[in-house]
Amino acid sequence: MTLWMRLKELRRYPSAMAGVFVMLLLVLMSIYAVVRYPYSQAITLWRAGEMVWLENPRNAAPKWFNWFGADLPETIILTPEKGRVLATEALGGGGKRQTVLYTFDYPWKGGFPREISIFFESTYVRTPPQVLLFWRTPDGREINLGTQVLRRSGRYLLSADPALIKRLGDRPPHEALFARPALAANAGGPERPLPGRYELICDIFTFEPESEVKLKTIIYGQVHGWAGTDHLRRDISIALLWGAPIAIAFGMSAALTLTLWYLTISALGAWFGGWIDALVDRLTELRMILPLLPILIMIGMFFSRSLWLILAVIIAYGLIGGSKGYRAMFLQARALPYLEAARAYGAGNFRIVFRYLVPRFLPLAIPAFVQAIPSYVFLEASLALLGLGDPLLPTWGKIIQDAYSQGALFVGYYYWILLPAAMLLVTGVGFAMVGMALDRIFNPKLRTL
Amino acid sequence: MLENLRRVGSYVTVRGILLFFTIVVAIWFVILIANLGGAMDKIIKSQIAEQVGIMFQNPDLQQLPEAEKRKLYDQHFEILAKQYGLDKPFIERAARYLWNGITLQFGFAEKISSDSGSRQVRLILVERLPYTLLLWGTANLFLFLFSVYMALILSRRYGSLLDRITVMLAPTSAPPPWFYGILLILVFASMLRLLPYGGVVDPIPPETMLGYVLSVLKHMILPVSSVIIGALFATIYSWRTFFLIYSSEDYVELAKAKGLSSRSIERRYILRPTLPPIVTSFALMLIGLWMGGIITETVFAWPGLGRMLYEAIGQTDTPVIVGANVIYGYLLAISVFLLDILYALLDPRVRVGAMGGQKL
Repeated sequence: MTLWMRLKELRRYPSAMAGVFVMLLLVLMSIYAVVRYPYSQAITLWRAGEMVWLENPRNAAPKWFNWFGADLPETIILTPEKGRVLATEALGGGGKRQTVLYTFDYPWKGGFPREISIFFESTYVRTPPQVLLFWRTPDGREINLGTQVLRRSGRYLLSADPALIKRLGDRPPHEALFARPALAANAGGPERPLPGRYELICDIFTFEPESEVKLKTIIYGQVHGWAGTDHLRRDISIALLWGAPIAIAFGMSAALTLTLWYLTISALGAWFGGWIDALVDRLTELRMILPLLPILIMIGMFFSRSLWLILAVIIAYGLIGGSKGYRAMFLQARALPYLEAARAYGAGNFRIVFRYLVPRFLPLAIPAFVQAIPSYVFLEASLALLGLGDPLLPTWGKIIQDAYSQGALFVGYYYWILLPAAMLLVTGVGFAMVGMALDRIFNPKLRTL
Repeated sequence: MLENLRRVGSYVTVRGILLFFTIVVAIWFVILIANLGGAMDKIIKSQIAEQVGIMFQNPDLQQLPEAEKRKLYDQHFEILAKQYGLDKPFIERAARYLWNGITLQFGFAEKISSDSGSRQVRLILVERLPYTLLLWGTANLFLFLFSVYMALILSRRYGSLLDRITVMLAPTSAPPPWFYGILLILVFASMLRLLPYGGVVDPIPPETMLGYVLSVLKHMILPVSSVIIGALFATIYSWRTFFLIYSSEDYVELAKAKGLSSRSIERRYILRPTLPPIVTSFALMLIGLWMGGIITETVFAWPGLGRMLYEAIGQTDTPVIVGANVIYGYLLAISVFLLDILYALLDPRVRVGAMGGQKL
C-alpha cells in the first residue's frame, strides 16, 4: 500500500478530518497574515508603541461581544470633514471666529465610552488659536466644556481634565457627558448611558490671518475589531493572525528535523551495534536528564530571546542521542529477511541504513511527527509566558503573557486570554487528532482496534 | 531468590553508576552554557566582592584615605580571585564549577532569599523543594492510579460509549497543564469566585492544624486538576490500547478457555506483563511534567522550585537560575534511576538474566 493510499484512509476518521480542516485553516490564516501584513510591517505595528494605535481604544473587547446582547459602544471618530460650519465671523486684526458642529449617534445602551480625546493641529505665528467646547445631549441639555488653547499640535485628554471632572460633579467626563440626567427614580442604581443624537459644538477663535486649526475628536468605545485590543491599544487580531505562521514554522521545523534525525541516528546505532549503539543510547539518556525548559530559560536570560535562536537550541538539544522507541524498533528489524538479502548481494552498511532501513520505517514515524508539532508550539508559548518570548514577533503565547501580566484574569478582560488560548487549543487538538488517527493507520498493532 | 536479588542488585548498581556519569555530563553542560556568557564567573566575582566588603567593615580600614582603600580593596580582590581560581584557564575553572554544581554549592543568591532569610542558594532550593514534591507527587500518584484503573475498565468494555468518549477526548492532552491552569483560574477563580487564584494557604493562615490542612487542600484543587486534565485522557487512551493489545495474546485466550475469572486474568495475564512498559511511559511523562511544573507553579503562584526559577528570571538572579537548572537535572536523574529500579523488579528478563543475549 503506498503512502498516499494510507494517508487517504484518514477519511475514515471524522476526528482526523476535523484535524485536517484545522490544519488547512491554519495554513490559510498564515498565508493571509503574511500577505495582509508583511513581516516588517507586522513587527512595526506590534512594536512601534502606542503612537501607531492612537485611534484604538484601550482594552476593548471584540465587536462580536455585542451579538450576545452586551451592546457596548464602538469608537466614534469625528474627523474635520465630519464637522459642519455653522457660522464664520471676522474679528479685528485678521482673526476670525468659526462655529463648527459635529453630530453623531450614540445608539449603545450597554456602557459608556472608555475615554474622550481631542487631537489638534494649529498653525500660527504668535498668538495660538483657542477653542470653546459645548456639548449637547439628546434631551437638549447643554454643557460647557471650557476653553482650550491650541498650541501647534497635541492631544487634549478631555476625560482626564481635572477642571472638567470637578465641574461635572467629580465624575469622569466620558461617563457624565453620556449619562441619563439624575432622576429621583433611578438614583442609586447603576448609571446607564442615554442613547441618541449628541452634538459637539466647537467655537474656534483664530487671531492671525494665516492661522489654521484642525480638530479630530475620538470617543473611544469598549469594542474594537474581531479580536479586541490590548493595554497598548494594539489590535490583537494582528498578533492572532501572525501567531499562526510563526507557530507552524516553529513547530514544523523542529518536529521535522528531529523526527528525521531520531530515525537516522537510531537506525545507525541499532544497525552497527557495539560501541556506536552504546554511545547513542547513553547520549539518549543524557538528553532525558538534561532539563530542556530550564536550559532554554538560561539561554533566554544570558544570550538572546530570538525565536530562531531558541529553535536552533531545541534542535541542537534533540541532536543529543536518538530515540529509545525507534532503537527497539530497529533492533527487531535487524533480522528481517529483506535486509539479509541486501547484505547477501553485497550492500554496504550505509546503503542498507539509508536505502532500506530508514525509508522502510519512515511512515511509522509520521504519527509521532504530527503529534510533536503542537508540543513545540506549546514549548514556545511556555517560554513566552515566562516573559522570555521573542522580543519582536507577536505570538499566541506572548498575547497570553501580556494579558496575564496585565492582570486580565483579575480585571475580567477574558477575551484577551481566551482568543489566543483558543488558537493554541485548536492547533494542539487538531494536530493531535490527525496524529492519533495516523497512529491507528500506520501502527499495525492498532489497526484492528 | 537470592540469585534474583543479586542480579537485580548488580543491574541497579551498573545503571546507577552510568546515570551518575550522565548527571555529571548534564551538569557540566548546564555550567558550560551558563559560563559561555560569563555567568558563572560573575557569580564567583560577586561572592568575592561580598567577602572583601565584609572585611572592609572593619573600622580601622574605614579610616584609611579613599585612594589607599581602593588599592587595598583591589589587592584583596585579586588574592581572593586567585584563590577561587578565576585566573585559571577556562577548562580548569569549568572543572571547579562542575564540582560545585555536583555538590550543590551555588554560593549566594543575588536578590532572592529563603523564608528564613538566608541567601544561600542551597537553602533556598531545599526550602522550595517540598512544595514541588507535594503538588507533583499528589497529582501524579492520582493520575497514575486513576489512569490504570480506568484503562482496565475501558479495555474490558471495548467499544462502549465511555470508551469512545475517552478516545475522542484523548487529543485534549496536547496542551500542557499550565494551559488548563489558566482556563481553570479564569472559570473557578475569576468568574465563579469559588477557589483561590493561587498560593498555598489563605493570606491569613488558619490557626488550627485542621484548618491549615483544609486551606492547603483548597489551594491544591486547581493546580492538581490542571495537571490531571492535561494528561488524563491521552494516558488512559494509550494504556487501554496497550491492555487491548495484550489481551488478545494466545496465553490470555488459553486462560479464558481454562475458565479463570476475568479478575484474575486481568491481574495475572494482562496487568503483569504490561506493567514494565506502562511504568516506563509513566516515568517519561513524569519527567516531562517536572519541566511543565515551572510554568504551572508560576501560573498558580505555588512557591515550589518552578516558581522560584520564574522569580529568579524576573530578577536576573544568576546563581539561583543555575542552581535550579542543576536541581532539575538531579530530579530527572533520580526519576530515571527510580524507574530503572522499578523496571528491574518488574521485568522478568532482568531477574532471569536474559539481558545478556538480546539487548532490548
